[in-house]
Amino acid sequence: MTQSFRLKDVGLINRNKKLSFKFNGKKYYGYEGDSLASALIANGVHLIGRSFKYHRPRGFFGAGVDEPYAIVQLYRNGETEPNIKATEQELFDGLEAKSVNCWPSVNFDIGAINNFLRIFLPAGFYYKTFMWPKSFWYKIYEPFIRKAAGLGTASIKHDKERYEHKYEYCDLLIAGSGPSGLASAYAAAKNGARVILAEDKSRFGGTLLTSEVNIGNKSGKEWADGIISELKEMPNVTVKNRSQVFGYYDHNMLVMSERVSDHLPKTKEFHPKQRLWYIRAKEVLISSGSIERPIVFGNNDTPGVMLSSAAKEYMKVYGVLVGKNPLIFTNNDSGYETAIEFKKNGVDPLILDTRSNPNSEIINEAKDLNVKIKNSYVVVAAQGYKKVKSADIAKISEDKEQLGTIENVKCDCICVSGFWTPTIHLASQSGNKTKFNEEIDAFVPRKSKQNEKTLGAANGIYTLEETLKDSFEAGHEVSKKITNNENRVSFPNVVEKKSSIHDKFWCVPLPKGKNYKRFLDFQNDVAVSDIEIALREGYRSIEHVKRYTTLGMATDQGKTSNLNGLQLVSKIENKVVPAVGHTTFRPPYTPVSIGAIVGREVGKHSKPTRKSPMHSWHEKNNAVFVDAGVWLRPRYYKRGNEDLFEASKREAKNVRTNVGVCDVTTLGKIDIKGPDAAELLNRVYTNAWLKLPVGKARYGVMLREDGIVMDDGTTTRISENHYHMTTTTAQAANVLSHLEYYLQLVWPELNVNVVSSTEQWAGAAIAGPKSRNLLQKLFPNSDVSNEGLPFMGYMEGDLFGVKARIFRISFSGELAYEVNVESNNGNFMWEKIIEVGEQFKIQPYGTEALSTLRIEMGHVAGSELDGRTIPYDNSLEGLLSKKKDFIGKRSLSRKAFIAEDRQKVVGVVPLDKKTSIPEGSHLVKDSKAPSPNPKLGYISASCWSVEYDNPFSLAILKDGKNMIGEKLFVMSPLKNKIIPVEIVSSHYVDPKGERVRS
Amino acid sequence: MLHIKCPHCGMRSQNEFSYGGDASVKRPELGKDISDQDWNNFVYNRKSLRGKHWELWQHLAGCRQWIKVERDTGSHEIFKTLKAEEEIS
Ligand SMILES: [Zn+2]
Repeated sequence: MTQSFRLKDVGLINRNKKLSFKFNGKKYYGYEGDSLASALIANGVHLIGRSFKYHRPRGFFGAGVDEPYAIVQLYRNGETEPNIKATEQELFDGLEAKSVNCWPSVNFDIGAINNFLRIFLPAGFYYKTFMWPKSFWYKIYEPFIRKAAGLGTASIKHDKERYEHKYEYCDLLIAGSGPSGLASAYAAAKNGARVILAEDKSRFGGTLLTSEVNIGNKSGKEWADGIISELKEMPNVTVKNRSQVFGYYDHNMLVMSERVSDHLPKTKEFHPKQRLWYIRAKEVLISSGSIERPIVFGNNDTPGVMLSSAAKEYMKVYGVLVGKNPLIFTNNDSGYETAIEFKKNGVDPLILDTRSNPNSEIINEAKDLNVKIKNSYVVVAAQGYKKVKSADIAKISEDKEQLGTIENVKCDCICVSGFWTPTIHLASQSGNKTKFNEEIDAFVPRKSKQNEKTLGAANGIYTLEETLKDSFEAGHEVSKKITNNENRVSFPNVVEKKSSIHDKFWCVPLPKGKNYKRFLDFQNDVAVSDIEIALREGYRSIEHVKRYTTLGMATDQGKTSNLNGLQLVSKIENKVVPAVGHTTFRPPYTPVSIGAIVGREVGKHSKPTRKSPMHSWHEKNNAVFVDAGVWLRPRYYKRGNEDLFEASKREAKNVRTNVGVCDVTTLGKIDIKGPDAAELLNRVYTNAWLKLPVGKARYGVMLREDGIVMDDGTTTRISENHYHMTTTTAQAANVLSHLEYYLQLVWPELNVNVVSSTEQWAGAAIAGPKSRNLLQKLFPNSDVSNEGLPFMGYMEGDLFGVKARIFRISFSGELAYEVNVESNNGNFMWEKIIEVGEQFKIQPYGTEALSTLRIEMGHVAGSELDGRTIPYDNSLEGLLSKKKDFIGKRSLSRKAFIAEDRQKVVGVVPLDKKTSIPEGSHLVKDSKAPSPNPKLGYISASCWSVEYDNPFSLAILKDGKNMIGEKLFVMSPLKNKIIPVEIVSSHYVDPKGERVRS
Repeated sequence: MLHIKCPHCGMRSQNEFSYGGDASVKRPELGKDISDQDWNNFVYNRKSLRGKHWELWQHLAGCRQWIKVERDTGSHEIFKTLKAEEEIS
């Protein structure tokens, strides 16, 4: 197909580079420098999609970020991405795009039936229509809405593209490279400030690319090009195109998304697709310009109705005509600029001006070019379904209430200009309270909460000379604050045409007997009638009207619709617009891809994986790993066809009969030094610590101030003023912060230092009746007998030339030791233990066996110390010192904590000695009681007891103390199980604790 | 994201810190009798102020020091930061 709407020799595209692309399966050609939108329009494609609610045909409305319609599904290099604006997507060779919101196709769309049923789909229709009857929701409404709605399809494949995050600091961030951005950046950069200048489009210059002005005897574009190339050469300036500053956060942090590779057929090697910049700027200048707003009239959503500035941009930047028989509908002089551009390109436009007798330089130029102009005229309605074919126009009375006789004029596009709305999103996000500027009927920034200032059109200043003056000055002043320099740049001579004042007209009344849809929000299909209904139904706050009607809630965030919506509410409510106020502008200003937000933190990068020094040994020996926080720990070591259950039983059994070794490197370790270390421990732990001798370990429990158990572990006195604390794997970081809190803030008088030493030590637990025999072989020069190294003893030893710490502590309930060596030697230690242990039938055991061993011994761990239990609940009340105070002690006398029937840990055995008990199940007295069946407790941990070869669980049970011997039921609705059980002591194996002391 | 001046390290981003609550809360002295009401106030009751507020932050991913920060909870403006041992003025 030929590019029949392409102009000759006009525009900034590269005609030497032809690109092919596909839209809805059909092949087209465009040029390098095209947007997908301009390339489609060049090929005469105006139907791009269907609207969200009524599935009305949709074309192009804008040429940039404000585009509400032209949203496509993009295919690039084997990946697909939804919610891409065709106006923002640069064309590349091989691009493929498809319409969204159309089913089965863009030309025949079944959802368009909504359009004919639209009287049933007014404001709030989701809330009303689909509420009744309830049973219809799942079967009929929901599947229908799902099928018919949506703005594309997210890929379910893994995204193989790379996204990056970057942190940057600068003196001055400038958002937007139009006249104000360029002038302020130039002045500030020449004055020595570190400047970042961000432009969301690929081309710098903003409106200078499309306006007929002269700066310093150059065209606007030439001047912009000159400034940019000079800025790019300066070492203190970063100039970024394709970069949208989309969020303004606290303390002058702004976030910008840079589309590094989206304009290329394929991302280059080692490049990211997109990069998210976190920029902390001392000062911010917002030069985000303004967006033309539409005038509301009948069928104003028909393809071919678009913003007049967009029509001009398509001609001047892309060399594309949006129509060959244009109608221009304006209330200000901007429409004339577009008309002049049409005329220059050999096309005859007709201007309808709502004003009765406007006069200005621009209007005179249009008149000199013989452009047809009708004053006091309006478009009543566009005609044509998939494309504008004609327009019903009429004269309008001076009070703008009465329409004259309706005439029909042929046209193939309607270019609308309802004046300009400053883009105040970033300023508003910064906490700036806006004010309403009567002169331009729009909100502008007022007082800055943060170090920011808005310039140019974004500040409601629409003449170039004033904009440049303000911006040079602002760039200079802001940079001077930072650099104290006084280097001024000279102000160039500016020539621009003067324009006359605009007409505050924004909505064409309906002619008698006609019920045209007049849209305010083009993406969410919100019409004038919807707002009227919302107000009739009593919605008053603009925030409520927004949510009820979804005005401004689409992906374009109401960039073209907000102000007209406010105008309408203020008119119906008979209030002035500032009294209605506007809804909150929230980041992001434009949609940001999830990939960019996530950055490199995907898959296993979302959290670093921690591995012990013995990890590769575990891998080689068929370990099956489990995530323990960020650590990878062997869960079991698979032999042959064993499953988890068989392997863990074998490993646990071997600990009970021979000896096993377990990697305990992951336990938190804190080194504590100082003359007051014992005093600190005495305050932090619930038991007494002042008399612990050097070379001894002690088990301790620490509480939060509210009396809940925080963590447990052993702490060993290494030397006079030196202790080694261990914590659970999960609580390691919290315990360190906890100790630091008390040392720094509560008891600064204590002379103690704490530091994490988790990474410094590799740990191996050696457990089982033969562990001492093994230890003797490992440390032949040390006396590890029961006398030489008694239970809870500590010594240092020499492990084949490697310095080791030996603790006689036990988690498994067996005779056991823990050996620590410096991390570097961890693997050496492990291999020696395995090698020497062979004669004692040593086997490595994983976390599953470890759990089994501790559960049947009744040792509480994370599943009982779950942030809801006090020492009594865990049968740890014996560790509560009566003689001293400690953290959390005062809370333990709370009424609920000393109740007679307080919950307590117990053991649970199924009566049939066979049925495994699911963790998390509830304990009840009567399995047949009507629901809600009173819950007496819950199963905290379950295992298969290797000692007795039957299932055994721990539970936290109400009045657990008096429940031993009771018969109850375990109920698991999740697993659909009811199991009769007997309550036994939590110390199922070796209740007297003889083994650990043997 | 807030920009917090650690009195030890200088200006750092909020993501290096963790929040620690009201800095004006004083832990009752160890071993002293205290009424249920006073203890409950210490453990549970916190004001949720709008406006200037002294609060604790720990420079977790930095010097690990607990610091005191005077912040406006409405505007997020930070007026002053102090070391742990410095008294709130
Ligand atoms: Zn610090």
